[in-house]
Amino acid sequence: MAQGQTDEFSTPEIRPEHAVEFWGLSRTFVMGRGRTVQALDDINYAIGHGQCLAVVGESGSGKTTLARIVVGLERPDAGTVVLNGHEVRFGASRKNRRTRSRLVQMVFQDPQGSFNRRLPAGAAVDEVLRAHFPEMGRRARRSQMLRLFADVGLEEQHADALPAALSGGQKQRVAIARALAAEPTIMVLDEAVSALDVSVQAQVLQLLKRLRHERGLTYVFITHDLSVVREVADAVLVMRYGRVVEAGPVSQVLDSPEHPYTRLLIDSAPRPGWKPQRNLRSRLLGAET
Amino acid sequence: MLTIDNLELSITDPDTGRVSEILRGNSLTLAAGEALGLVGESGSGKSMTLQCVLGIEPPGSSVGGRIELEGRDLRALRGEELRRTRAEDLALIAQNPHSVLNPVLPVGKYLMEGMSEARSMPKARARLRSSELLRSVGIEESERVLRSYPHQLSGGMLQRVVIAGAISAQPKLLLADEPTTALDVTTQAEVAAILDEKRREAEMSMIFVSHDLDLAAAVCDRLAVMRYGELVEIGTPEEIRDAPQHEYTRELMNARPKLHPEEA
Repeated sequence: MAQGQTDEFSTPEIRPEHAVEFWGLSRTFVMGRGRTVQALDDINYAIGHGQCLAVVGESGSGKTTLARIVVGLERPDAGTVVLNGHEVRFGASRKNRRTRSRLVQMVFQDPQGSFNRRLPAGAAVDEVLRAHFPEMGRRARRSQMLRLFADVGLEEQHADALPAALSGGQKQRVAIARALAAEPTIMVLDEAVSALDVSVQAQVLQLLKRLRHERGLTYVFITHDLSVVREVADAVLVMRYGRVVEAGPVSQVLDSPEHPYTRLLIDSAPRPGWKPQRNLRSRLLGAET
Repeated sequence: MLTIDNLELSITDPDTGRVSEILRGNSLTLAAGEALGLVGESGSGKSMTLQCVLGIEPPGSSVGGRIELEGRDLRALRGEELRRTRAEDLALIAQNPHSVLNPVLPVGKYLMEGMSEARSMPKARARLRSSELLRSVGIEESERVLRSYPHQLSGGMLQRVVIAGAISAQPKLLLADEPTTALDVTTQAEVAAILDEKRREAEMSMIFVSHDLDLAAAVCDRLAVMRYGELVEIGTPEEIRDAPQHEYTRELMNARPKLHPEEA
């Protein structure tokens, strides 16, 4: 299989047509008093270049842990991540971090962390350019920063404004420009549009789709929102309690879900004419807790 | 039962003296037993409208217009009368249940305090009643939950406790401010269903503030769409869905990605 979840007999195999592969990823967190939580339990998937994989699940599903491992912010207990044919080395050495951040960048739900509130928004992008392209002079960096701003639909005035003067949607655009500055081929978007108002969310989703198309980017799109999955993704992993309950092409999973949990997620999402139902969970999933 | 007439609110920045208009003269009425959804994006004034009804608008606000609950001018109430109206006629379900629950008391205490009859009720009976209340909102392990402190329970569980408390006080008007927004989607559906069912059983009126038009449509009899402090359109969910009158309402509906292609 060129793409999709591996069955239990297939051997991990690095293939050049894959942009992102992960094999046997597991991660356990110790919660204190001897309690542990298995955040990820043997997760396998692979996607091709320029594809968008959505990872969907509720809180505690492990989707964010998966995202953090793919970008190297977290180390798995077991398993392998392969980006563009290179197996990721999880050490925190400068060289490892540099290699990783040229390959993959992350955009978070709250863009606040990307900014120094005392510096203009453009500085957040400039910082990345300085780190990754030391040969670039000040003027070259400025014009590259402005090009990136223009590319995400912002103007020079936004680059020179303090973060506090920007709206939530504008800040998220800067966070996207900042991620693009490292010229990654893969972007991990962790609930990147979840905190935005619907009208702003629609614009940022359009922007992300255009950037993927123009730059041939591969996305790993973490979200709790199935309608966003339909809008942006080619394939989807449905996660629950650290496991993949269902995976496959978006239309297949959303139109004919096989797992009752996927069904529950779909039927729980408000849409025109929808009514919430009591006990839907126990009806679909039985007496499990 | 509730009339809001030409409600205005502006806030003066104490440092710069700049005045921002938050609500721009909105009027609406709510019938007994009716649920009205206030929907809009951030900054539309939907939560601020709710705060004006409760009389808890932020400091530095100046409010104009009238809010009447069964003929009483809510904004003119003071002292004991204001306290009693808030305690007996209104109940708030906030987005964050921690904002209404006392972190150092078990949630059972909160429920028993909230019961209007509890003052004259023997303790054992009040406890039994609380336990029944929790089961009525779908909490099976009601005894364990009654003994638990807020930090020991999940958001969905706490919001059910708050709903149980709000309903048991038999208020005339429920004020729900994004009550399910912080919950996971499957928990949101469950809690919304419980809120809807309990409110109908008790024949209470409700104002339901939400950024999610489809969610509000599912639990309300009418929807009021707000933008920049102005009420742009009001109608039944079907009217709004099938024949939106205002450009902004159409924008709001189209902006949302579709889960099922046939929705378009």
